[in-house]
Amino acid sequence: MHKLTIAGIVEGLGRGDFSSEEITRHYLRRIEQLDARYNSFISVTPDQAVARARAADKRRSKGDAPPLCGVPIAHKDIFCTEGIRTSCGSKMLDNFVPPYSATAVDNLAQAGCVTLGKTNMDEFAMGSSNETSFYGEVGNPWDTGRVPGGSSGGSAAAVAAHLCPAATGTDTGGSIRQPASLCGITGLKPTYGRVSRYGMVAFASSLDQAGPMTRSAEDAALLLQAMAGFDPRDSTCSDIEVPDYSAGLDKPIDGLRIGLPREYFEQGLDTGTETAVRGALAELEAMGARLVDIDLPHSHLSVAAYYVIAPAEASANLSRFDGVRYGYRCKNPRDLNDMYTRTRTEGFGDEVKRRILVGTYVLSAGYYDAYYRQAQKIRRLIKNDFLAAFEQVDVIAGPTSPTTAFEMGAKSADPVQMYLEDIYTIATNLAGLPGMSIPAGIIDGLPLGLQLIGNYFDESRLLNIGHRFQQATDWHQQTVSQCMQEV
Amino acid sequence: MQWETVIGLEIHVQLCTGSKIFSGAATRFGAEPNTQACAIDLAMPGTLPVLNEQAVRYAIMFGLATNSTINLRSVFDRKNYFYPDLPKGYQTTQLEQPIVGPGVVEIELEDGSSKNVRLHHAHLEEDAGKSLHEDYHGMSGIDLNRAGTPLIEIVTEPDMRSSKEAIAFARKMHAIVTSLGISDGAMAQGSMRVDVNISVRPQGSDELGTRTETKNLNSFKFMEDAIRVEVHRQIELIEDGGVVAQETRLYNGDTGEARSMRSKEEANDYRYFPCPDLLPVVVDQAIVDEIAASLPELPDTRQKRFITEYGLGRYDAGLLAGEKTMADYFEATVAQCDDAKLSANWITAELAAALNRHDIELEDCPVSARQLGQLITRIIDGTVSGKIAKQEIFPALWDGEAGVDQLITDKGLRQVSDSSALEQLVDQVLADKAEQVEQYRATEEKKRKKLLGGFMGPIMKASGGQANPAMVSEILKRKLEP
Amino acid sequence: MSLDKNDIRKLAVLARIDVDDAIIDDVASKISDILAMVDQMQAQDTSAVEAMANPLDAVQRLRRDEITETDQRQSFQAIAPATEDGLYLVPKVID
Repeated sequence: MHKLTIAGIVEGLGRGDFSSEEITRHYLRRIEQLDARYNSFISVTPDQAVARARAADKRRSKGDAPPLCGVPIAHKDIFCTEGIRTSCGSKMLDNFVPPYSATAVDNLAQAGCVTLGKTNMDEFAMGSSNETSFYGEVGNPWDTGRVPGGSSGGSAAAVAAHLCPAATGTDTGGSIRQPASLCGITGLKPTYGRVSRYGMVAFASSLDQAGPMTRSAEDAALLLQAMAGFDPRDSTCSDIEVPDYSAGLDKPIDGLRIGLPREYFEQGLDTGTETAVRGALAELEAMGARLVDIDLPHSHLSVAAYYVIAPAEASANLSRFDGVRYGYRCKNPRDLNDMYTRTRTEGFGDEVKRRILVGTYVLSAGYYDAYYRQAQKIRRLIKNDFLAAFEQVDVIAGPTSPTTAFEMGAKSADPVQMYLEDIYTIATNLAGLPGMSIPAGIIDGLPLGLQLIGNYFDESRLLNIGHRFQQATDWHQQTVSQCMQEV
Repeated sequence: MQWETVIGLEIHVQLCTGSKIFSGAATRFGAEPNTQACAIDLAMPGTLPVLNEQAVRYAIMFGLATNSTINLRSVFDRKNYFYPDLPKGYQTTQLEQPIVGPGVVEIELEDGSSKNVRLHHAHLEEDAGKSLHEDYHGMSGIDLNRAGTPLIEIVTEPDMRSSKEAIAFARKMHAIVTSLGISDGAMAQGSMRVDVNISVRPQGSDELGTRTETKNLNSFKFMEDAIRVEVHRQIELIEDGGVVAQETRLYNGDTGEARSMRSKEEANDYRYFPCPDLLPVVVDQAIVDEIAASLPELPDTRQKRFITEYGLGRYDAGLLAGEKTMADYFEATVAQCDDAKLSANWITAELAAALNRHDIELEDCPVSARQLGQLITRIIDGTVSGKIAKQEIFPALWDGEAGVDQLITDKGLRQVSDSSALEQLVDQVLADKAEQVEQYRATEEKKRKKLLGGFMGPIMKASGGQANPAMVSEILKRKLEP
Repeated sequence: MSLDKNDIRKLAVLARIDVDDAIIDDVASKISDILAMVDQMQAQDTSAVEAMANPLDAVQRLRRDEITETDQRQSFQAIAPATEDGLYLVPKVID
């Protein structure tokens, strides 16, 4: 059963091949028996899951099954889930059980999804390797000595290891796409504002966006359909109508103009990565797409601008973790200031503290203009680059990650090296554009993704290209035997 | 040396919206602690703000009422600092692009002169919660009901030169926001709080001295006292060779003393930046025009109307129009009795004195405008004398004993206007004063008037104050004729 | 921009984070590395560019003034570190 995609599960449930309770129990069993290898879940919620699955089966028997009725999925532990601990990978929220759910979670529940549990992640989504989690690092299912990428590393690993058919993720600088690339799955970061941020623990408010992590573009379409939409509780959420993402999946792509940014291909691209990406592009060309060289002249500034804007916003977003109303509070504070300082010093990990300090610095008196304002201006230049590019092409393609999964510990001592992991994904967040990573090759036994970047609210096109590509290739079905192990 | 005081004000006004500025929680005053603090107000993880339309409209109304620029595009910023009554660790406010400003307001002083005070700007922001300092085993208690209540902060230029000017400005702001109906103006409940920036400089100097900020004054009396204390402190300090330190001070209304605020002493760096959870507020000029067209009558306009429509003097008109509740009360009284001058006199004298004596606000006055109007009607129609009305009926009305006419009947206060009864009364008194009557008749006509009082007093006294004085005077004069 | 120990201490106070003396040099050097990378931005002329705070350049939507929230004090305070009489308790606040 765990070989099935979401589309397959929906079909199977519809035909009565199995019940939601059966497939839910199947995944719960897999998590229980196999996740010790990967550590991809922070919390598993068998009781709630089985209860929800039974309720879904009952609904289906009554004939009022919503589109994803009874489909088990997992949520990144950044989404608030009512009654279920939401840690955000941090000691700070180790005891936090929210009395409300994120809109994205509610939307998926409305569509019928059953929650298996909450997946591991970099603490407060700050990291590209899942090594900053309070709950320990996550092993890449292709090689457990390597990282799964981050920050949605738990979701990526769980999907790749067939511990759940799909999971939610969030992407602030590449946190859906980079782990998708490193774990050989499909990950879509929608346009900023497409999915509500309400109830998603904020990292960098103007960059954060939730999206699906799945084993196919077809599944991503199904999940995004349920997640996306206007939410009156999020001022930045768009009220543009959500199209039918599945409807256009099969459209032919001949005549499609794919832009290849010179900056992505010419400057120090890893040869293995280039080979895989070029191979995938050749495939798309064979399907009728046209490859066009384009320029994104300010893309070399994206990592710099990002590492001003994201820490600045984070430094304020994380001030609410003060030990007063919820979450961790230090023992026996001497006075108010001691409570604040020790709560935060003990409750946050090193990377989070580092980014808070960087954010505090770039916003402080005398530095604001040189850092924060300058970064916001560069952000506009980057957006304008994309707008100009989309005058010439329909979609932009390039690598998702610089390389395949690296070994644990390889980059953790050098933050700047780690930050460069997101060199190809960050610009998309700065501009607010949708981006998707699809499996595009295997190098030395490790998967690697192709990134597709679309125009605003053009997720349909990305899903269409991804689906057509996956009809013609089988990279997305590749896995290692360990991941298919029966239990 | 002669010193000049320089004052600028920052006035926080709570807007009387039903829900908070960024959440759907209620703003009602006096609820049980934390029962009106929702997940957004508590800064629960993942919660987000959405701006209240009414708060924006109210801010625009304020801007229009103060001849200020309305900025069609304004931006919310985060002001970062840690404090237990500030759940997010930042206050959402407006710094670089506020919704209102600049503007100018004319204030009128007691001596009849007037002066312009410039508004630097007014911005929208959220209120903080409250720290309760009662002892909970050595801890403080935090109530976040107030957190997220919408405020406008009105910031003036340092244009005021005395506490009188500062208070006149603050009163004017109070009159404007209550007339607009955008705030309940309940100062004792913290609906309007004033921070006073004070500096002193040698008379004639153009340079500003170092200023201090005395925070959170929630009555005009506290403002006056706090300014006096601080001006005195600064002058003494400088004259003793000291230097004024720029600091935030806290005035204690109970002790009349002020001290430096410890929590604000450490140099802060608020790291303002645009709030990424909120987008720029863009208002259509058509909406501003619509709001301008439907603006309620403002104190200045009302004052002018009181002068022309009711024939009041400028000072009385200003006094009555300055507070919306007072102006409404006045007009309701006039509607009842149809005598504006008498109504104005009663309200500014008897009523104001009684409110003052009992230390209550007009809103809580036990005598309604209708009752006061009825009482004045009874004076006009001669049922009771003004004196009886003041001394007997008004206090009884205040105590809620009964209605006006009931009181007149029950207490037997009706003025005696029955001429035969009065003639009898006059005859009685004159009979006892044969000597004085002779003396009166012997006096030449021009000087008789003086002697009349010697008869009036005893006659009124004999009537228990109820005799109609005009009639008595007439009867008396007739009977005294030789 | 290179930061030293004292710079880090000042930032730490603002952020209410304690940086232990044993690691402060390492923290300073890593943050300096990050800022060095970030400083690539400084070469870019942006004098004619308008700052962009939101990727969609959208404007704020306004909420109708309606009370939509009910009292949930009990469930909110069930997850609080310390409460009494409906209040959140913190070490003494000194103004």
